[in-house]
Amino acid sequence: MTPDETLLKTPLHALHVELGAKMVPFAGYDMPVQYKLGVLGEHNHTREKAGLFDVSHMGQAMLEGPDHVAVSKALETLVAADIEGIEPGSMRYTQLLNAEGGIIDDLMVTRPADPALAGRLMLVVNAARKAVDYAYLRDKLPAGIKLTTFDTQALIALQGPAAETVMSNWCAEAAKLTFMTACPATFDGIDCTISRSGYTGEDGYEISVRDADVEKMARTLLSHADVAAIGLGARDSLRLEAGLCLYGHDIDETTSPVEAALTWSVGKRRREEANFPGAGRILKEIGEGVSRKRVGIRPEGRGPAREGTQIVDAKGEQIGVVTSGGFGPTADAPVAMGYVDTAHAKLGTSITLMVRGKPRTAEISAMPFIEKRYRK
Amino acid sequence: MSTIKFTEDHEWISVEGDIATVGITDYAQEQLGDVVFVELPEVGREVAKGDEAAVVESVKAASEVYAPLGGEIVEVNDVLDGAPATVNEDAEGAGWFVKMKLSDPSELDNLMDEVAYKSFVAGLD
Repeated sequence: MTPDETLLKTPLHALHVELGAKMVPFAGYDMPVQYKLGVLGEHNHTREKAGLFDVSHMGQAMLEGPDHVAVSKALETLVAADIEGIEPGSMRYTQLLNAEGGIIDDLMVTRPADPALAGRLMLVVNAARKAVDYAYLRDKLPAGIKLTTFDTQALIALQGPAAETVMSNWCAEAAKLTFMTACPATFDGIDCTISRSGYTGEDGYEISVRDADVEKMARTLLSHADVAAIGLGARDSLRLEAGLCLYGHDIDETTSPVEAALTWSVGKRRREEANFPGAGRILKEIGEGVSRKRVGIRPEGRGPAREGTQIVDAKGEQIGVVTSGGFGPTADAPVAMGYVDTAHAKLGTSITLMVRGKPRTAEISAMPFIEKRYRK
Repeated sequence: MSTIKFTEDHEWISVEGDIATVGITDYAQEQLGDVVFVELPEVGREVAKGDEAAVVESVKAASEVYAPLGGEIVEVNDVLDGAPATVNEDAEGAGWFVKMKLSDPSELDNLMDEVAYKSFVAGLD
């Protein structure tokens, strides 16, 4: 059995191959890392026009309870966000927490707009973690709350300044959404759910649609002159420039949301109630500070500093590590993020990166590295 | 009259007199993807055959470029500083990395010629 045969395929696999994608394994799936435009070309196209991403490998699931209060309280036993306060048709970014306050996964939670669907919460989780997430949810959620996973539902993303114009050709609902809201919609007669959200720092949409319909939808979108297929290589450079975390790299089971600079996602009421896993540690970190922090890093010069690069102080003692790094095509410079000891975490602090055994100067920098262009 | 030879690490070396120009092949640049940065050695450095002579950073990863033969670095391609994409656009021409004064030009005989290299590449993947 060749490695390819053990890999899972999304419903768009044949399309990726047809488009000449370079396929690589990712989270157990055979996924496109780039197409003919190449990573830089695809990155730039997304920032200039509209990029189409296949993210069907991610996990889509639903929690169901007797009403919104019950289901949100149930999810709140596992996350630190204010879930109960999500308005109908709105979405929030949060993290599943373990007992030590570390992050099991980061996810998006959407409350359906339709009152007839009250008691439901839609979840989108990382492909590499979905098995772990579902097991955790099943284990921890109270009786009366049901988890359903959508295994024949695809997910695509259209991101970039042209996304609204492109979508509006086929989907009347698209232009009406604002950032972090979602609604049921019809795209060229195809039923789907759309949200104005994404992972690039650009305006755009994520579209959940049945497996059976996604290829037609993707081909229709690709028929538009401003749309190009974008692979995982550019997906990574885009989110890195936007300062967004990648699970397993910038956040993991040892990092708390406070260390990860995600304290903004911890709800105010939740801090007062202290009723989420790891609350002791997280509230202490909020109150007293953390020993290490996720920061943006700008290496001097043009050479990238990659994940795993040691960060040292003037004496050569390790003070941190790069958790994501590469070249930012829009920033036209190397960009990175990592963790440093709090003493060195202030913006503008000069640090030293050990790249291939040689010291390279860098600076703690604000994130995002580019201007975020959400349609609020 | 220049001679051009190739290595199994997808470097090419073009010799005119005792000066050799070294770069990576078109096959190599295609495998690497978009080049964003090239780290070149200092002029004057002595390299032995197989030493790391340069590092090519693509969007995804760094790759070493090894000296196909031993010698002294006499020139590096400064163009790559501001235009690393030249490696992708013209790997076997304008995208050259270094020029070397070879310590033993006869070692060239041990490297693959173009026909042998093409056959080697065809056998991969």
